[in-house]
Formats: sequence, C-alpha cells, structure tokens
Amino acid sequence: MAEKTQKERSKGGGGDSGESQAAGTKKIEKKGKELHDEMDALVDEIDAVLEENAEEFVKNYVQRGGE
Amino acid sequence: MAIPKVMGSEIEFGIMVKNDPDFDPISSCVLLVNAYREDPAGEILWDYDQENPLADARGFQVDGEKYTPNQQENIARNKTLINGARYYVDHAHPEYSCPEVTNARDSVVHEKAGERIVEISRREAMGLLPEGMQMLVYKNNSDRKGNSYGCHENYLMDRRTSFKQIVENLMPFFVTRQVFAGAGKVGSESRGHPCDYQVSQRADFFETEVALDTMVKRPIINTRDEPHADREKYRRLHTIVGDSNMSEYTIYLRHGVTALVLSMIEDGAIHRDLVLSDPVRSIREVSHDPTCRLPLLLDNGKKLTAVQIQAEYVELAQAYAQSHDLDATTLDVLEKWADVVDCLERDPMELDTRIDWVIKKALIEGFMDRKGVGWSAPQVQMLDLQYHDSRPDKGLYYVLERQGRVERIVGDDEIVAAIHTPPDDTRAYFRGECLRRYPSEVFGVNWDSISFGVDDEPIKRIMMAEPLKGSKEHVHDLLERSPTATELVKNLSI
Repeated sequence: MAEKTQKERSKGGGGDSGESQAAGTKKIEKKGKELHDEMDALVDEIDAVLEENAEEFVKNYVQRGGE
Repeated sequence: MAIPKVMGSEIEFGIMVKNDPDFDPISSCVLLVNAYREDPAGEILWDYDQENPLADARGFQVDGEKYTPNQQENIARNKTLINGARYYVDHAHPEYSCPEVTNARDSVVHEKAGERIVEISRREAMGLLPEGMQMLVYKNNSDRKGNSYGCHENYLMDRRTSFKQIVENLMPFFVTRQVFAGAGKVGSESRGHPCDYQVSQRADFFETEVALDTMVKRPIINTRDEPHADREKYRRLHTIVGDSNMSEYTIYLRHGVTALVLSMIEDGAIHRDLVLSDPVRSIREVSHDPTCRLPLLLDNGKKLTAVQIQAEYVELAQAYAQSHDLDATTLDVLEKWADVVDCLERDPMELDTRIDWVIKKALIEGFMDRKGVGWSAPQVQMLDLQYHDSRPDKGLYYVLERQGRVERIVGDDEIVAAIHTPPDDTRAYFRGECLRRYPSEVFGVNWDSISFGVDDEPIKRIMMAEPLKGSKEHVHDLLERSPTATELVKNLSI
C-alpha cells in the first residue's frame, strides 16, 4: 500500500509547473516522468514475484563447478 | 574463402531443490532430464566411442581417462531430441546442447527453445517431488560463491587456418566481447577485486590465456580439438569465454559477431596490431568497469578501451563486407554490432533494452533507487539470480520480456516450433528426423554419427562427417522413401 501511495504522489507532482518552459524541455520532462512511473510499476511487479527470504535463498544457492 | 560458420551453443544450468535437506544435484539432474516426455520414447545411447575431449588443437594428446558410462547410466543421463539437440546430465548440471545451425538468428531460436524444454521438464519434475519441495533452474554461470558452470559456443572452422592465427587474432576480441555479450553480475568472487557490479558472469574465473582444461585453470581460448566432423578438413572452435545470455538481442550478437570475426580470421582480414599485453588481467578489468572507459595496455605500448578495440574490429568488418559477399543475416548483425559499439562509446546505459548486463543493471538500479537499498542488499543479489530463473512467471528477464521492455529478434511461434523441429539446413535435420520417425530403431547417436539396430543385424553406424550434409534438401526424399529404419539402412546401402 505504501508503494502505491508513493506512486500516486509522484504522478501528481513534477512536470505540471513547467508552463513557461520550452516545449522541448516539457517533452523531455514528460518522458522522464513516464519512465519514472514505468519504473514504479516494474518495481511493484518485482515485489510481487521476488523470492521471499532473499538472504536465506541466495545463501542456499550453491552449485558444483561444471563444464 | 571462409567456410560456412555452422554453430551451436551448449548451456549448463544451475539447479536447486528448495526445502530438500538431502539435495543431491546429480540425481536432481537425472530427474529433470528424464521428466521431459514430449518426444517419442526410445532408449537411445549417446555414442561415446566418437568422442575425444583430450585432443589438443596445438597438436598433442593429453593424458586422462575418457568418460564411458555403462549402458543404463548412459540412457538415464542422455536424451537426444527430435529437434536435433542433446539434453543431458553433465557432471552436476543439466545441459542443453543446441542442434547445429547455420546462422545467428537460428541460434537464438534454438537456444530459446532449449530454455522452454528445460522449463517444461522442470514443471513435470515438480510433480514427482514430495510436497513442499520445489525444483528451480537458472540459466546463469555462477553461484556467487566461486563455483562456475559454462555456456559454450561452437563454430566450424577451416582446418587450414592455423591455431596460432586464430589465437593471435581472436584474443583481443574475446577479452573485450563482454561489453556487448556479458550477462552482468552483482559483486565479485574467486579472489577477484571487490566490486558492486560487473559486466560478465565469467570473467572472475579465467586464469590463463590458452589451454585444454575447462574446469580448473580456465583459459580464455580453449584448445579442445574435437571437431565432431571430418578432422582433415575442419576444426570446431570450442568457445568457453561466454556468459549465458537471456536477451535474444545479446545471443544474436554473441553468435553473429563471433562467426563473422572467425570468417575474417580465415580470410586473413584482421591485420591490425591489437595484441594485449596481459589478456587475463584485461578480461577481469573490462568486466569490473561498467563505465567501459578503462584503457587497456597493448603489447605495442598503445592504450585502447575495450569499446575502442571493438570499434577496430567493427571497422575491419565493414571493410570486409565491402569486398566479400555476406548473407543478409550477417549484414544485419554487422549493422547492429556497429550501432551497439557506438552506444557503448556514448553511454552504455542506452542499451538497457538490448544487452543483458545493461538490462540487468538498469533493473537493479531502478529497484535500489525506489527501495533505498545498496548493492549488498540480499534482495539485490536475489534480483541478479532471479533474472535467470527459468519460470516464465518468476524469471525477471521473462517479466521484462512480457512487458515489452526488451528488444526481441525472433517470434514465439518460431521458438515453440523449434521444440519439436530440427533446423532444416544441417545434419541436425537427419538426426532429428531419424529420432522422430524411427525412435525404437535408433541405437546410438553422436554429433557426427547415428547408428541403427534393426532386426538381428549388427549395429549399423552412419557417419555424418559433413555438418552441412543431412539437410532437408539432401535427405527428405530418402526419408520419405524409407517408412522403416530397415528400409532406410537398405536405401543407404551400408
């Protein structure tokens, strides 16, 4: 839930205050904001699939040398 | 004139069974490989008679014992598939060796089909495990505790090109190829200098320039001289320097560019002095520098970055393309390679949809930024591992792929078809078709032979010393005329 709130907040803020700025800058900002939102969405997805107890998990991942 | 670059990769996977206190990797591998039931059932031997991994390309034979399992163990550990691949247990890892293909695009199709085959069998194997246990498979190269397993590539070469020529012209390319072919890794191991993130999974493990061994004291260029083809005419360059890649774009370039550079070596088209002063040191330094800005010392005293060395090879390849008739795929590879090297020169992070180590780095950095954690956080190490997870719903590469965040080279329909269909332009076609049509008459298989046990006749072994013979064009009619293996053997009149 905390994630979501943060995401909504970041959606609401940012780019809106740039009316006086050049169109190009606006575009870049918009792109930056889109990327930011996209990354938020991706991190949400990762949270949903990432193995629990990461520390234990990576500790237990032991292989024999191969080839 | 360079010979056609028949190629194929061999991928060793990491394997674990969660919640199994008695986890044994070898029996888990046997379970995994035997859980694959998509092909017609047949008890087919892998024909070890044809193998000699102890022959050295520098012209000698190394002492050692050849591995020859008994018949039961052989069948339990080896599956030869109707798509022409070998799916088997290699030491303590499941391994998928792709069928021989003629170009980088088909290489991507078949490597990706291999990933799906491993995942199909993992799901089947799960049904055979006690409740609560979970088998997991990873297409990566290290457990981050100093144990590495490989992803080898093979390229057919002209025997007339001396091994010395190959080593001299290939070494700077192999040391620096990781800037576009690395799979990325969090941290270092095997006494490597500490670092947050490095370009290659494997660079920490190379200890020598040229040698026969692949398990201890690993070399950048491997000398195994086992052509699996007519040894008077061919070499098979057994390439062990690469990482296991998830990105189709990266696999495409890894195979396509390497094949192109090898053709150039055969045609004497590499004539710039790029000899590195210390290749083993350089391969680690390049891996430990994700900015790709570190200058490497050449033997002639000059200093070039890994990207500049790649740019030199690109220039030579562009000149080569002007004077040689290259096929459309190779020209496409060249264009993409040149573009990737340009991006690396400007800012490697531009490649965050194309090149594995950059895709993974951007993913982890985005995660760290949102979560306020650093490189040593356990979740970050988990991300690194899970990028290579074989499960379509959990594997982070597949998550990115599903969201359209990575560039693709081939279509899902082609990958699915390749699970059951061999390439049609190499001997893999004959191998795969024989297994599909005559599953109970095929007695044994190796890359360059297939043998039949029909009726009470002695075993008939058919040699396939030419990797391009046995294609659909060559043998389709013969197979159609031979409804049974007895007739096939008769029609081949052996």
